[in-house]
Amino acid sequence: MYKFIVFLPLIGFLITALWGRKIGERTSQLLTSSLVSVSAVLSWMAFVDVAFGHNQYSIHVLSWVTSGTLEFNWAFRIDTLTAVMLVVVNSVSALVHWYSMGYMHEDPDTPRFFSYLSLFTFAMLMLVTADNLVQMFFGWEGVGLASYLLIGFWFKKPSANAAAIKAFVVNRVGDFGFSLGIFAVFVLFGTVNFADIFANAGNYQEAKLVFLGQEYHALTVICLLLFVGAMGKSAQLGLHTWLPDAMEGPTPVSALIHAATMVTAGVFLVARFSPVFQYAPDALAVVTVVGAATAFFAATVGLVQNDIKRVIAYSTCSQLGYMFFALGVSAYGAAIFHLFTHAFFKALLFLGAGAVIHTMHHEQDMRKMGGVRKFAPLTFIFMTIGTLALTGFPFTAGFYSKDMILEAAYASHSFGSSFAYVLGVAAAFMTSFYSWRLAFMTFTGECRADEETQHHAHESPWIMLFPLAVLSVGAIAAGFVFAEYFVGHEREAFWNGSLVTFAGDVLDEAHHVSGAAKWAPTVMMVLGFLLAFQMYVRRTDIPAKVAETWDGLYAFLLNKWYFDELYNFLFVRPAFWLGRVFWKRGDEQTIDGFGPNGVSSAVAAIAARARKLQSGYVYHYAFAMIIGLALAITWFMAQSPAGTH
Amino acid sequence: MTFFEGHLLSWIMAVPLIGALVIMMIRHQDSEIEARNIRSVALLTTLATFLLSIVLWTGFDSSTADFQFVERVNWFGAINYYVGVDGISMLFVVLTAFLMPIVVLAAYGSVERRVKEYMVAFLVLETLMVGVFASLDIFLFYVFFEGGLIPMYLLIGVWGGVNRIYAAFKFFLYTLLGSVLMLVAVLYMFVETGTTDIPLLMQAHFDPSVQTWLWLAFFASFAVKMPMWPVHTWLPDAHVQAPTGGSVILAGVLLKMGGYGFLRFSLPMFPDASQEFAWLVFGLSIVAVIYTSLVALVQEDVKKLIAYSSVAHMGFVTIGIFVLNTNGVEGAIFQMLSHGVVSGALFLCIGVIYDRLHTREISRYGGLAINMKVYATLFVIFSMASVGLPGTSGFVGEFLVLNGAYTYNSWVAFGAAFGVILGAAYMLYLVRRLVFGELDKDDVRAMPDLTLREKLFFLPLVAAVFWMGVYPNSFLDPIHVSVANLIDTKFPAAEAPMVDAPAETVTETETATEEASQPVHH
Repeated sequence: MYKFIVFLPLIGFLITALWGRKIGERTSQLLTSSLVSVSAVLSWMAFVDVAFGHNQYSIHVLSWVTSGTLEFNWAFRIDTLTAVMLVVVNSVSALVHWYSMGYMHEDPDTPRFFSYLSLFTFAMLMLVTADNLVQMFFGWEGVGLASYLLIGFWFKKPSANAAAIKAFVVNRVGDFGFSLGIFAVFVLFGTVNFADIFANAGNYQEAKLVFLGQEYHALTVICLLLFVGAMGKSAQLGLHTWLPDAMEGPTPVSALIHAATMVTAGVFLVARFSPVFQYAPDALAVVTVVGAATAFFAATVGLVQNDIKRVIAYSTCSQLGYMFFALGVSAYGAAIFHLFTHAFFKALLFLGAGAVIHTMHHEQDMRKMGGVRKFAPLTFIFMTIGTLALTGFPFTAGFYSKDMILEAAYASHSFGSSFAYVLGVAAAFMTSFYSWRLAFMTFTGECRADEETQHHAHESPWIMLFPLAVLSVGAIAAGFVFAEYFVGHEREAFWNGSLVTFAGDVLDEAHHVSGAAKWAPTVMMVLGFLLAFQMYVRRTDIPAKVAETWDGLYAFLLNKWYFDELYNFLFVRPAFWLGRVFWKRGDEQTIDGFGPNGVSSAVAAIAARARKLQSGYVYHYAFAMIIGLALAITWFMAQSPAGTH
Repeated sequence: MTFFEGHLLSWIMAVPLIGALVIMMIRHQDSEIEARNIRSVALLTTLATFLLSIVLWTGFDSSTADFQFVERVNWFGAINYYVGVDGISMLFVVLTAFLMPIVVLAAYGSVERRVKEYMVAFLVLETLMVGVFASLDIFLFYVFFEGGLIPMYLLIGVWGGVNRIYAAFKFFLYTLLGSVLMLVAVLYMFVETGTTDIPLLMQAHFDPSVQTWLWLAFFASFAVKMPMWPVHTWLPDAHVQAPTGGSVILAGVLLKMGGYGFLRFSLPMFPDASQEFAWLVFGLSIVAVIYTSLVALVQEDVKKLIAYSSVAHMGFVTIGIFVLNTNGVEGAIFQMLSHGVVSGALFLCIGVIYDRLHTREISRYGGLAINMKVYATLFVIFSMASVGLPGTSGFVGEFLVLNGAYTYNSWVAFGAAFGVILGAAYMLYLVRRLVFGELDKDDVRAMPDLTLREKLFFLPLVAAVFWMGVYPNSFLDPIHVSVANLIDTKFPAAEAPMVDAPAETVTETETATEEASQPVHH
């Protein structure tokens, strides 16, 4: 069954990639969507079996590489953590496949689009089912490839191409750390297979590892290196710059890859490695601080963006920050719970945004929207549900998972947890504000689009609305149905050892924090809503005034804290400059100049002098001969034995 | 049949020569028909050779480090016609034979001038290349090693681009100068030991101080061939001027001779010097990886870009060889095989568009994904293999090399791993300029997609890329024993881990920690 779950999307990809144009658009779409849907149904069955039947599986597929003592296979490790991810990946992917049939119907290249979607799904499944680090890396890079292809799907647009390359290269920076982490694991453990690593992690808690000439605590080094990879894939502060640009891709892609699944791979990685991170408190502290900083940073930028997709993108970045600091305070269950609920409501928001864009005929700038509720009432309802869940409105999905994270941060005593709590609560306020700002700017008030667009504005077709409806159910129900299992009293049996923390489980304490700490996020949510309501519904002149008053701060936020400019200045331009210097000065002037060209011109110069001797005049040669003869005779005379005299 | 099997390697070398002779005899009034016949004979010859190499592979015994398919005939004096293969060399013979039919097929459309001489040169070159990998006599090796220069020199000089003469000379002088030093070393070794047998020379123990000089002499030759920084500048010029087939063979096979030379001579014959000079190799290799990757980033000529990327990839190979552990060496061999396939494929890709538009300037192209869909797909696949995406052949070699390098010293892996980032940057930047973007140039729009012939020669390359990526063990299995033998006999200390693992025995700690720290599962 697990082989089917993973390989059905691959089959869909191969068929549509090879014969997509032959079998036609409709067939390609139906084929890939059906196969992924079957995978999704099987995933839910697997989830029930693994999480509630308390089973674990290890499935061997094919041997991969054997070299010396290094050995790894294509194999699946199925435990509760994997099962949760299977459900998330396949459910969202199936819904996005169906949705795309409506969203992409005008596009001439749909077989290619659907084959990429299926390729992505396959790679993501390989990632979450991996039983060793290298297969995980395969999935990791595979989703990167699919993301690259899908961001650049409209490859005629220069901006899409640039964004695609940026996504791939920035992720490679993360992978740089990830791969070093894999090597370090191999050096320390002598294996890259999860089962062996996790079983032996305790034996190495005091081990030292030489890294770049210095000796460090081995497990901390490993965890930090792996975390660098996680930062790249999950767009954490510093390596986040690709995510907003990735919105150049079609909106279903943003929903699937850049909200619900791929970007959470980093969270999954850290959770998967919880048995090792437990022995590296310093690494966990770094995770906490980076996560909290990202949650805060991305929320601030999200406040002022005008592109509907970018607002949601920064929101995703910020929510990933939440998940990370939850991991950092060892509340792994809470992090995965938030991953789970977030997948539903963020996919819902993105697909909803896609429906809005569809309604407004490819307009993404919220300043040119407004009043969309009139044209698309159902979309409005679904988006509102998504917004409620994201902001943590009581009893929606986000309410359970996000509050759990903040309570865990409050209850925890690990380094950085109070910092995380404070920033997290502040970010909760901003989340509420920008989410409602988005909702109000888009759906309420007068429509600011031109006549033509307004005239053609219409509700999206049922094939797009149906996935929204399903996700809405998830956004409402995923919280209260599953809270008990993911983070509640049933959690120990539910996770069944796939997540590991030590005595003093922070979730236990989190359930007993004081009322003020518990209600702070909810209060923030209400305040954010009220402020947004005041600024974007009642007194719509305020935003402009605020922006004018604090124009420096506004520009700072609007330009995303100038990260892109900084990186351009620090890395991109120097790389090209150095390349040119090495090429022109290094290769052509220095190496060739002194090397082959220098030698050949030296030879030519010497030869030219030698040539002058051969003047062609007989008296020159005669003169040379006489001189030579004279010298020879002299030499013989000098040599002639003195004794004979 | 026994005669055939007993002389399999000789047959592999003889068949191309026989084919060359047949081609020389082909005469027809109609030059069109003559060229067609010549091409067919060349294709059949190379296919036959490839089949023979498959027989070699299937008949190869992976469980021994001894040389197999050995043939030995006295040539003159102490010098023997002595050939055979082990796990290190066998797959290089297969690689050579694999690429040749593809090269011949690629020449169908693009070489119109002096077809006969072109094919003869390639067939002779094939014999010489196989000879390099199969020689077990150091003098014989030298003859093949240097002999290969001549047909390649002619291929660049006759069928090359505008600056072909400069490039051909540069190529010839660079590689010859390096080899002269090697010849001196070979003569010295012969005088010292009285033999030119490679297996015997591997047993010989040279004094460490002598090893230093011999190692440097061989290094001069192999470093140029690799090529390593800073003696790489012949490669971009040679590639740019060479015809497509020449580039494929140059990148696919000739560059591997340097790495093969290190493995066959430098490591087993001068183990002390190899350890002593490892730092030099690492330094040059890391510089090569970073330097040439940056240079590749700013290239405007598509062939130059791929040429520079080859230098960077070969940097990984030299690192892998000199970390002197199983992962590193096996990774280096695998990386060479993979690079042979991938860079060959990339040069063929360039050949395809060069045949259509006759320019190598990147900015003249763009938007090929619109009118050349199959081509664009293949180009992206090969680029991804070049970038080292897992699942393609490029990943396995790179991963093993870096893993071996990390085991040796994390600095080496750290430096080399920058190539992984930069490689993605220059390759994707190329893909973007070549196949993506608007299709706004009329002559580019007029370019047709791949013909059946072109699809035919890309198909085995794509298959190889994925086969090597998904199930590399079929290529690693024959390598294992020979590499293990090399490392165990010459570098027993290199495999020792450098971490101070827990001092207690494993059984002890396992029980101890189970009681000490009880993980709470939730």
